[in-house]
Amino acid sequence: MTKFILNNKEITTVLPQGMLLLDFIRYQQNLKGTKIGCREGDCGACTVLLGELKDGQVKYQSATSCLTPLGNIHNKHVVTVEGVNMEALNPIQQAMCDTGGTQCGFCTPGFIVSMAGYCLSDAEPTQQNAVAAVDGNICRCTGYKSIERALDKLNVLLADKPGQDATTFVTEKAILPSYFISIPERLKLLQASANGTQPKPAARFVGGGTDLYVQQHEAMVYADIDFLAPKQELKGVSLNSDTCTIGGATTVTQFASSPIIQKAFANVQQYVELVSSTPIRNIATFAGNFVNASPIGDFSIFFLALDAQLEMRDGTSTRNIPLRQFYKGYKTLDKQPQEYISKFSFRLPDANTLFNFEKVSKRTHLDIASVNSAIELVMNGDTITVASISAGGVGPTPLYLTKASAFFTGKTLTEDLVLEAIEIAQTEVSPISDARGTDDYKRLLLGQLIKAHFIKLFPALQIDKLLTLAV
Amino acid sequence: MKNIDSKTHTRGESIYLDDIPLIQGTLFGCVYGSPIAHGKLKGIDLAEALKVEGVVQIYTHKDITGENQIGGIVPDEPLLAEHHVDFCGMPVAFVVAETDEAARHAAKLIKADIEPLPVITDPREAQALGQLIVPPRTHRLGDIDAAWQQCEYIFEGQADTNGQEHLYIETQGAYAIPQENDAIKLYSSTQSPRATQAASCKVTGLPMHQVEVDVIRLGGGFGGKEDQANAWAALCALAAHTLKKPVKYSLDRMEDMRMTGKRHPYSSDFKIGLDKNYKILAYDVTFYQNAGAAADLSPAVLERTLFHCTNSYFIPNVKAVAYSCRTHLPPNTAFRGFGGPQGMFVIEAAINKAAENLGVNATVIQKANLNKTGDEFAYGQKAESESHACWEKAEDIYNIESVIKETDWFNKTNVLYKKGISFMPICFGISFTNTMMNQARALVHVYTDGSVSVSTGAVEMGQGVNTKMIQVASHVFAISPDKVKLKSTSTDRVANTSPSAASATADLNGKATYLACTAIAERLLAVAAEELHVDVSTLSLKDEFVCANGKNTEIDWKRLVMMAFFKRVNLSEHAHYATPIIHYDKLKEKGHPFAYHVYGTAITEVTIDCLRGTYTIDAVKVVHDFGQSMNPMIDRGQIEGGIVQGLGWMTIEELIYDKDGKLRSNALSTYKVPDIYSVPKVLDIDFLDNSKDNLAIFRSKAVGEPPLMYGIGAFFALRNAIKTFNPKAQVPFSAPMTPEKTLMALYSKPLQPDQEKNEETTSSLEVNSQ
Repeated sequence: MTKFILNNKEITTVLPQGMLLLDFIRYQQNLKGTKIGCREGDCGACTVLLGELKDGQVKYQSATSCLTPLGNIHNKHVVTVEGVNMEALNPIQQAMCDTGGTQCGFCTPGFIVSMAGYCLSDAEPTQQNAVAAVDGNICRCTGYKSIERALDKLNVLLADKPGQDATTFVTEKAILPSYFISIPERLKLLQASANGTQPKPAARFVGGGTDLYVQQHEAMVYADIDFLAPKQELKGVSLNSDTCTIGGATTVTQFASSPIIQKAFANVQQYVELVSSTPIRNIATFAGNFVNASPIGDFSIFFLALDAQLEMRDGTSTRNIPLRQFYKGYKTLDKQPQEYISKFSFRLPDANTLFNFEKVSKRTHLDIASVNSAIELVMNGDTITVASISAGGVGPTPLYLTKASAFFTGKTLTEDLVLEAIEIAQTEVSPISDARGTDDYKRLLLGQLIKAHFIKLFPALQIDKLLTLAV
Repeated sequence: MKNIDSKTHTRGESIYLDDIPLIQGTLFGCVYGSPIAHGKLKGIDLAEALKVEGVVQIYTHKDITGENQIGGIVPDEPLLAEHHVDFCGMPVAFVVAETDEAARHAAKLIKADIEPLPVITDPREAQALGQLIVPPRTHRLGDIDAAWQQCEYIFEGQADTNGQEHLYIETQGAYAIPQENDAIKLYSSTQSPRATQAASCKVTGLPMHQVEVDVIRLGGGFGGKEDQANAWAALCALAAHTLKKPVKYSLDRMEDMRMTGKRHPYSSDFKIGLDKNYKILAYDVTFYQNAGAAADLSPAVLERTLFHCTNSYFIPNVKAVAYSCRTHLPPNTAFRGFGGPQGMFVIEAAINKAAENLGVNATVIQKANLNKTGDEFAYGQKAESESHACWEKAEDIYNIESVIKETDWFNKTNVLYKKGISFMPICFGISFTNTMMNQARALVHVYTDGSVSVSTGAVEMGQGVNTKMIQVASHVFAISPDKVKLKSTSTDRVANTSPSAASATADLNGKATYLACTAIAERLLAVAAEELHVDVSTLSLKDEFVCANGKNTEIDWKRLVMMAFFKRVNLSEHAHYATPIIHYDKLKEKGHPFAYHVYGTAITEVTIDCLRGTYTIDAVKVVHDFGQSMNPMIDRGQIEGGIVQGLGWMTIEELIYDKDGKLRSNALSTYKVPDIYSVPKVLDIDFLDNSKDNLAIFRSKAVGEPPLMYGIGAFFALRNAIKTFNPKAQVPFSAPMTPEKTLMALYSKPLQPDQEKNEETTSSLEVNSQ
């Protein structure tokens, strides 16, 4: 049984928990404002808000309902476009009308919901934040400029928004309906009532569902599922001495907003923005990214360089395994069906450690990498003590470049050293030609990304020595 | 005036095909498409699929009650495969079941016994084998053979453009509901209600008056729902006709991408000759259009390629040959620009090739050859040109000299990043090139309470045509737009419509609406004249009143209408409009096919990251010839959207078919359209002030297609930036300029003197199966 609040209405349903929220909204509740564009989280036409009770307040995040199973919305407030409608147009809708931000209109409800999420968030009203809020929404008609103008209007409305308790602000200003004020109390009541279904032992695990539901959405509907994403014990970022531990069901958004992570990785926001979109990052989990075993999984690559250690559980026992030993072949893992990743840990970079993540895809944002790469360098003055380089899209699994990494040990950094390491890296990879690029391109790009690591981390390097033209 | 749909759009209350409330007993369809691109169909095994609970019937070609044919221009496209399959995804069977789930599941269990035959994906290969959709077409002007003698410089090369997926966010679909006495009401997401009706009738065997096609609106079309909407509608109609139950099919995204045609990829050869002052004297071009497996609209697209092959330039000696080549891709179809962009890309490539070899900026050659009023196009029409006005205004208001200086300085002082600039002029003809199609009708009713309904043949798909129709009616009647309701597009109310296409929808249907409203208004004023005992010529309608010599009388709109009704005056009108002047002789390839041309110039500025091969489009700055825009907000939206779609085509949108004819970029995860981060930071649009008379509705020139071609500028700006980084780089004229092609070009081996032509013809590659 799943209980949640849909807009202004309490819902209890016995429909399969593997069923997608999108189908429930459209075909069970007949709320047709939420549209189907792609069913793989790539267009945002089905965007909803998921509100979760935290410290007495409800925190809202956008999510694509096409990848969200009912099991993951238990005890939450789900907001569709119908849930932000008021008697007259709300100011978000008015802004979109006034700037011509809607043409065919099919993507529009998704944009409106994302914008409502922006109003409800703690984000400062800046142009950058406003654009980020709709970065998972694709529009094929407008070219986005009129939508940008609507966002500018919205920011004027939000200029006085306090840093917290946005709900009070937006309801008082009549930006969103007043029923939002009642939601925290109602969610408390909902949680107090007995609910939830215990999965059977043979259950399949689902994290955020953002990969699984793209690949197998029909099979998942009636599957017996153990939903990991709602489990608070599997979430969060913590620090013990220099070891950072991250729960397997932690979302990318939670990771990027952790003060521990922000302190250790100054550029984390830039890295994260290269990975899918805001609504996907709000629900996608790290364990899911690792287990999906995509050869270009962005966080597999990120944490291969950081030598993450995984903790696996199967309900009775616990074991640890380095991420570098986790991938056995294309989409094959050192993992039993009953095991899931409960958490993983890594040594947090210190003052002598440099880190960088690079990704190139056809479209910079909301796209899968052609090649991605991460590097961790432990330095002693000009000398590299330890180098760890990973690369995705250049082999059947996310790769740790053992030879290229080892090559740097104990050496003083020069431009030639980087070029030599790239030659070595080329011997460790076996890219194939596919929709993300030809093998030749991927080889060239891998070299360029390794150069990019060093150019970014060592501004004193002579760039022209690294950017060598063919003759 | 704002788009009249914006209120329901933003509230999620607008109704699209999949939102129509279902009638009880509705069945659901799903197509089983051919798994391979070419082969002999020896048998279909339906046994497993029929066992699926809820499956009602599975249709194959044998079950078609009428004719198994949906080809529009050429009857070469069976609805369901008979003895051969000609492209991957070609419909072979149609499952109808009680649930959507059952239909989709059953379709997966169908097995076809197909003997594979050789697959052709390359249009040049098809042409060499004589596989043509229609005989080749040739446009000629002057004497090309003699002209080469006078040329100081001659350059040759090849230029290729890839196709483009429409990616309307609403997928294709149809919903057929049987009515009494064998009639069918058919909801369809179609740009062409008449074609959808005709195809459904042909397939079912019903006469056209038995099938009503009704279209509320589309969630985007862009040409993709012009002829490609017909198959699903015909299948639903067939099933509804035989089962006497409502049948719906709304395609999922991968079905849609796999089974439907796209913008035509082209491969072309050019030869260009210039005199010593860089005047282009001769241009010889051959186009190889990749039509796919059936004609669809390819012959018409091909024709427009020829019409636009010299873009905005006057070239006195032209020979342009175009082949429509039959391959084993899904039948390619209309897409905003309709062959025009593919033609324009080649002349721009030719000019850039000449410029690069002559060591001058391409703008020097472009500007020296812009057409002037009175210049003749290869097809015989004389230009009424705004080319110079747009170009020169763009140079002026966008301070091009300082932009160039800043760019040069940036490039001198940066190693990792390089900037590039380009100019892209456009000249686009407005009218269907098939003269017959330039007709439209409107049905206007004035009700006794003074409210007005308007029905036209125009389909609303985001372009704002319904808003413009309301503007026309409210202007003629001098009433508030709130009093006018635009009805859905129904073949019962307005018959024999031309598709909403060719940018001409607002012109054609707007003029018909204008004629209908004017006829009613004249009758109303005659009633008022009689009542007021004045001459009708002194009367007019203004602000919901009858005015005599410009002053309000006591007769307001509502009273006027009621008065007319009591006097038994007709308050309805069905008007017909056919564009005057236009004509075209296909045998001579001469005539006056266009009501007018739309002009403009775009300046594009880009920055490439020379380390990673990625880039940003920094600015697109445009001077555009709107005539006199009747709705600047809607028209600006069309320009902005068109530009970004054109940029997508030229940069990141990459269709990838493998050698087996299978689409590899078959989902939104592998086919990338521009997102909010990839659009230009600056997108300036200047409205060229142009009060000259033209044939557009209220002199407001068509805006749908022309702006797409500004996007071509991005290709050449990127190319220029690459050449700044690596002057010897090999940068084939092969669009789109993806980050992959950019990086490969940045670090390419220097061009050898004998390497004149590009190696690649289409973007096809071998993909390891997974």
